[in-house]
Formats: sequence, C-alpha cells, structure tokens
Amino acid sequence: MTGGLWSWEQAAAALPPILEGFRVTLVATVVGMVIAAVLGLVIALVRRSAGRWLTVPVGLFVELVRSTPLLVQLVFVYLMLPSVPALVIGCTVLGVHYATYLSEVYRAGIEAVPRGQWEAATALDLPRARVWRAVVLPQAVRNTLPGLGNYAISMFKETPYLFSISVVEMFTAAQQYGAATFDYTEALTMVGLIFLAVSYPTSLLVRRMENRLA
Amino acid sequence: MPDNLQSLVDALPRLGEGVVVTLQLTLGGAALAFVLAVALGLAARARSLWLRTPTRVVVEFFRGTSLVVQLFWLFYVLPVFGFRLESMAVGIVALGLNYGAYGSEVVRGSLNAVPVGQWEATKALSLGPVHRVRRVILPQAWALMIPLLTNLLIQLLKGSALATYILLHDVNYEIGQLRIATRDTFFSYAVGLLVYFALAYVLTLGMNALEVRAKRRVGAGPTLREVVRLAPVPTSVGAGAA
Repeated sequence: MTGGLWSWEQAAAALPPILEGFRVTLVATVVGMVIAAVLGLVIALVRRSAGRWLTVPVGLFVELVRSTPLLVQLVFVYLMLPSVPALVIGCTVLGVHYATYLSEVYRAGIEAVPRGQWEAATALDLPRARVWRAVVLPQAVRNTLPGLGNYAISMFKETPYLFSISVVEMFTAAQQYGAATFDYTEALTMVGLIFLAVSYPTSLLVRRMENRLA
Repeated sequence: MPDNLQSLVDALPRLGEGVVVTLQLTLGGAALAFVLAVALGLAARARSLWLRTPTRVVVEFFRGTSLVVQLFWLFYVLPVFGFRLESMAVGIVALGLNYGAYGSEVVRGSLNAVPVGQWEATKALSLGPVHRVRRVILPQAWALMIPLLTNLLIQLLKGSALATYILLHDVNYEIGQLRIATRDTFFSYAVGLLVYFALAYVLTLGMNALEVRAKRRVGAGPTLREVVRLAPVPTSVGAGAA
C-alpha cells in the first residue's frame, strides 16, 4: 500500500492466481450443474411417480437440504470423508444442493405440459416409458431451460463457498493472495468484478431465452 | 452416545447464543433488505431515466458480485478506505444489500403483476400518487410477493452461516465447538443442520401466516383463524399456507 488506495501493480500481480482459480470455479460450476440437472430430474420423477415409501423420505431429504446452509453441508461432508479430494466433495455437494432446487423447476415444467398431451399419448396407447421420453420430457425440458440457466448463474456465484473446504477457486485464490501480501483491496475487488462480468451477460442471455420460449 | 447427549446438554446455552446471533443477522439483514427492496423496486418502475438507470446498476451490481465476495470485501477492504464496521454490522449490511437487490426484483415483478385496471381505477378516482400506491396497489402486490420473499428469507438465513468467518459466534460456529467437545462430526453436524432446519421452518410458518393475512386483506382467501383451526375451511379459494 504505497500511496493511493488502488495500485495497478498489485492488481496485475494478483491476476495470475485469480485466473488460475477461475478455471477451478468454472469446473466446479459445470460439474456441479451436470450433477444437479441429472439428479434434480431423478428427484422430480421419483416424487411424481414412486410409492409413498420412497416419496416421503425423498421429500424429507429435499426439504432438509434446501433449508440448511450450503456452507455447513460442505464442511460436514468434507469432515466426514477426509480421504476424498476436496474438489470432488465441492462439486458433489453443490450438485446435490442445487438438485433439490432444480427438482422444483422440473416439477413445474412437467406440470406445465398440457393435459391434452397426456391424453393423446394414452389414446395412442404409447408405453409409459415412451410417453415420458418422447412426449412429456421434451416439452417439459423446454419449459425448464430458463430456470436451469438462472440456477447455473446462481451456482456460479456460490462457488466461493468452496473456500471453506480449501478448494482454491477464484475467491480463495484472491483471499490467499490477500493474506500473503496484507493487501486484499485489488484481489477481492477484481474477483467481485469478474463475477459480475460473467454473470450479468449470462443473465441477459437467459432472459432473452425466457422471452423467446415464452 | 450418552456422552454426546451430555455434551449437547452442556452446549445448549452456547448453542442458544448461536441461535440468537444467527437470528440477529437474519432478521437485521432481512429488515435492511426489505427496505432496500421496496425502495429499489419502486424506483425501478419510475418514468425518469435518471432514477431508473442508477437503480438498475445498483441492483445488477449487488446481484452479480456474489454474497461471499461482498461480505469479505466489507470486512477486509472497507477498513482500508477508512470505514471500520463491527462484524455484526458487516454481516447485516452484506446480507441486506445482496438480498435487497434480489428482493427489489420481486417487488418490481409483483407491482407489475397487479392488474392494469387497478391502476386505472385509482386514476379514475383521482387518488394521489402516495395514496394510490399505499392503499390500493401495495396491498395487492404484497399478497403476491410474500411467497417469493419467503424463499429469499430462507436463502438469507442460510447465507448468514458465513458469519463464522468474520469472527461471529453464530450457529455454524457453535456446531464446530460442539464437534470439538464431542469429537463426533456426524452427531454435531446433524444437530447443527437440524437447528438450521428448525429455524427455516419457523420462519416459513411465520411468513405463511403473513401471506394468509395479506390475502385476506385484499379479499382473497380465508382468515388466519380459519386456516389454523382444525375444521376444514368452507371456501373454494386455496388456503395460502400451502
């Protein structure tokens, strides 16, 4: 901190580790989102079609995961499974946490498929698996795309929680840089701006998709 | 296991203090967020570009830069600029700004969802601008926005767990202490998650009660007493507590 509140040299020095961390952030977001998208659909289908002995425990699990902090869940699983790499735990916990959100998005998407589509499928005597695969899900997924996009952005912005299990993503990289140089200003500010620079244009894209599909 | 229960009983007073800290953060943050959400939500609908543009910038900024970064920025960087806030204030301000920005979108959307005819009717009755919003539009928008605000409130409660890392002794912190006392990770974290779950549940119940009242006030849905009592409600309008 020699003269002035902002030093461009500091900013330049902090950038390489932050960009290195940005790669980890992206990996966590993409892997987490894939897990969430698949598991969320499974949860939605189970809650819709399975018997009581399955829907009740799944419903309880969803409620428990949805209404407790991601941060606590991360640390919990990290401490329980010391031999598993932290990044794997981070992606999985992010994925499971968001799967509980996405299951609601899928549910709404499935419910928005007009009744007539179901009736037509019944009239054509299609087998049940085929009804889901060929008639209902393609339409439901269309309904859910904007929701998935919004949650992907939201997950991207929650990846900094991985600092709690010492995954060096973008935010952790900035924090480590700050701790080493006693100067958090440039590093933390840049990380915030990078989050904004990625998430804002993406949210505009999602909004456009929303309008096009509506 | 009996040892764990003994440790839990010993830890109960501290866990209670943690709950108080978490609730202070949650309710303080929610109060700030609500004020900001209404102000920004109304400003986002203003006709003047001079009001709308800065509002959009503020909302997108706080939505886009991640709660974690904002919290630690306020904690580590703001003092460099000569403002040093207490940890509790940092937590409340960070949560309030972040969720206020999200909430403003809810407020804006709910105001837009009030039928145009209602606005026109207030004009036909030549109500003043304040009167119009306060007496006609807001009560209807309020009933629409509560379920969405409930979601945000639970998100805010969950976000408050970050407070541990700015040296506050909230529920998250006390879970760690319980883990040290019991040396049983599963037990202490299961207890901790259940505490958060219970807090979220109570907050949701409270918000549902608010929703029932708000719907009743605009003449849609049963009264709270009708919902709470055991006999079935004799109206076809869905109960708000779903």
